[in-house]
Amino acid sequence: MTEYLTLSLILFTIGAVGVLLRRNAIVVFMCIELMLNATNLAFVSFSRQHGNLDGQVAAFFVMVVAAAEVVVGLAIIVSIYRTRRSTSIDDASLLKS
Amino acid sequence: MFDLQWLLIAVPLASGLGLLAWGKESDRFGHLVATLASTFSFVFGVVLFAKLMGADEADRSHTSTLYTWIDAGRFHVDLSFTFDQLSGLFVLLITGVGTLIHIYSIGYMAHDERRRRFFSFLNIFIASMLTLVLAADYLVLFLGWEGVGLASYLLIGFWQHKDSAAAAAKKAFIVNRVGDVGMALAIMTMFAQFGTSSIAAVNGSITSASTSVATGLGLLLLLGACGKSAQVPLQSWLLDAMEGPTPVSALIHAATMVTAGVYLVVRSAGIYDASEVARNAVIVVGLVTLLAGAWIGCTKDDIKKSLAGSTMSQIGYMMLAAGLGPAGYAFAIFHLITHGFFKANLFLGAGSVMHGMNDDVNMRHYGALRTAMPITFATFGLGYLAIIGFPGTAGFFSKDKIIEAAFGQSFWVGLGTLIGAGVTAFYMTRMMTLTFFGQKRWLDDVHPHESPKVMTIPLIALGALSVLGGALIFGDWIPDWLGPVVGHAEHHELGIPVWAMTLIITATALVGVAVAVLLYRRDVAGETPDDSVVSVFTRAGRNELYGNQINDALVVRPTRYLTRFLVWLDVKGVDGLVTGTADRLGDTSQFLRKPQTGHVRSYAATLFGGALVVVLALLAVTLA
Repeated sequence: MTEYLTLSLILFTIGAVGVLLRRNAIVVFMCIELMLNATNLAFVSFSRQHGNLDGQVAAFFVMVVAAAEVVVGLAIIVSIYRTRRSTSIDDASLLKS
Repeated sequence: MFDLQWLLIAVPLASGLGLLAWGKESDRFGHLVATLASTFSFVFGVVLFAKLMGADEADRSHTSTLYTWIDAGRFHVDLSFTFDQLSGLFVLLITGVGTLIHIYSIGYMAHDERRRRFFSFLNIFIASMLTLVLAADYLVLFLGWEGVGLASYLLIGFWQHKDSAAAAAKKAFIVNRVGDVGMALAIMTMFAQFGTSSIAAVNGSITSASTSVATGLGLLLLLGACGKSAQVPLQSWLLDAMEGPTPVSALIHAATMVTAGVYLVVRSAGIYDASEVARNAVIVVGLVTLLAGAWIGCTKDDIKKSLAGSTMSQIGYMMLAAGLGPAGYAFAIFHLITHGFFKANLFLGAGSVMHGMNDDVNMRHYGALRTAMPITFATFGLGYLAIIGFPGTAGFFSKDKIIEAAFGQSFWVGLGTLIGAGVTAFYMTRMMTLTFFGQKRWLDDVHPHESPKVMTIPLIALGALSVLGGALIFGDWIPDWLGPVVGHAEHHELGIPVWAMTLIITATALVGVAVAVLLYRRDVAGETPDDSVVSVFTRAGRNELYGNQINDALVVRPTRYLTRFLVWLDVKGVDGLVTGTADRLGDTSQFLRKPQTGHVRSYAATLFGGALVVVLALLAVTLA
């Protein structure tokens, strides 16, 4: 049991560090997915431990939402890349004039 | 017929306002329309006055109500006018002298491109002044009172491109406001005490009120009268008002408007009869002003300002006479009328002289003008004889009566008026000698010439009236005529016979004349001597007895300090609070703005930091 949670924690930490440190939007995006999946792993582990299905249901919801988020997020990244020829998230700070 | 008396006012008013609205195309004939309107009022006034003379004594006061002006609860004011013996005389004076001055102005203002506007203002003045004297209610009177103030302001500042004229107009307006406060308070007091401001009702029921009410009303009305009539302590505006065109000085600041204060006192005879204190205050104001004005008149080299000092002084005589009560009311009005004639004559004569001297007003640049301007000299001479009280002229009768009545009141008041008569003779002779006799002291390229006929004819008419005006007293006509309005006087027996009194007054005037001739017969300096070489009395007179300085020290400067303090309070206190709050809010926003960097990663860091804090807090709560 502890191993699963440790793995989940490691994955989540890698994802979080990636989100904070990387500048490439695609990589940041992948790190977010990593964090989501780390939580999914934690959900499923707890579900197994408690012997009910609540955690698994939550994991499915997370997957659905993640799929939708990928669609929207990738579309934004692609359109930013088309106009600005860059995927660096530090460049996309135009709202702050 | 008397129901149509509103036409007296309406016609000049319509003409005045119409000319303002008509526009440039009326430039060609605007002055004629205005003169016709004024002439109409005069002719109609004469017709009404003749009817009044034909009527029985009991049937000589006609009040007509146009409509109810204000009707709110107890507050009821009719727009009504009264044509009676007193207002009838005034109507004749205002429209008669007014029309002559309209005619004179056609010539005097011929080269002014804003002549139409000038005539429009003159018409508005005539209408306002008629409203003032015909009003049957103090509130309607106040309407005319403010109207003449407005017309005076517009006309003093008529040459508004000169800073001095604009400033003089403002000064006249503001000083008059002080008097108006007195008027307004008086009218409010009438409402509070009697529930009405009708002149007849207030003066009729004043005896039923306490003496202190009558005193209060009398003093408040006197304050108003002081403002309008340029009496001490509100005299300072009159000399500056000479910045206006000369016909304005003649019409408004000599013959008619400035006498409104005297009219007010005489019209409020009931109030003043009921209060000895108020009457004495009027006498003191009149006496002080008549001496102060004469003093100023002696020292000014500006011919118009010297005449303005003289006007103050003569109105002081009228005020004083009005303060004597029933013994003096009729003589105050008598002197007012004769003064209206001869002072208008003198002012228009001065204007005619200025016209020939390239608008120079310094008498030291005149001299020996009697041959250059014979008609002006003759008419000015008649006015001069009238004002010094030369036997047979109008001023002789009217001033003598006032001096006699003053001696009847008290020896010292009488002495004051007698000295005033001597000084009057002195400064008028000085003016006459400097202007028309002696050496030529003309500046270069000045070519004195007689004025055109349109200016000399009114001068001749007024010159004749200056002499003949005294006829009003024959057979005691004017006291008898005004008797029903202002009351009859018990006759004071003086200690000496009347002929002796007359002799003393005439002798005093002759002394004044002799002194002036002796002093100014010799060569006179062509320029005004500097203030540092003249005597302290002359210096004081030239500075108008330091009236402006006194006003400055007592009113203007304290007010300015108060204003500065209030501005400071406003900026630092009120604004400080309001802008301070806004500034603090702004500072807070600026502070909160800092974290909004626009960088996604810093937002993410904040997010994680926040989540971390929440998790730690949860852990702390759970483990505790």
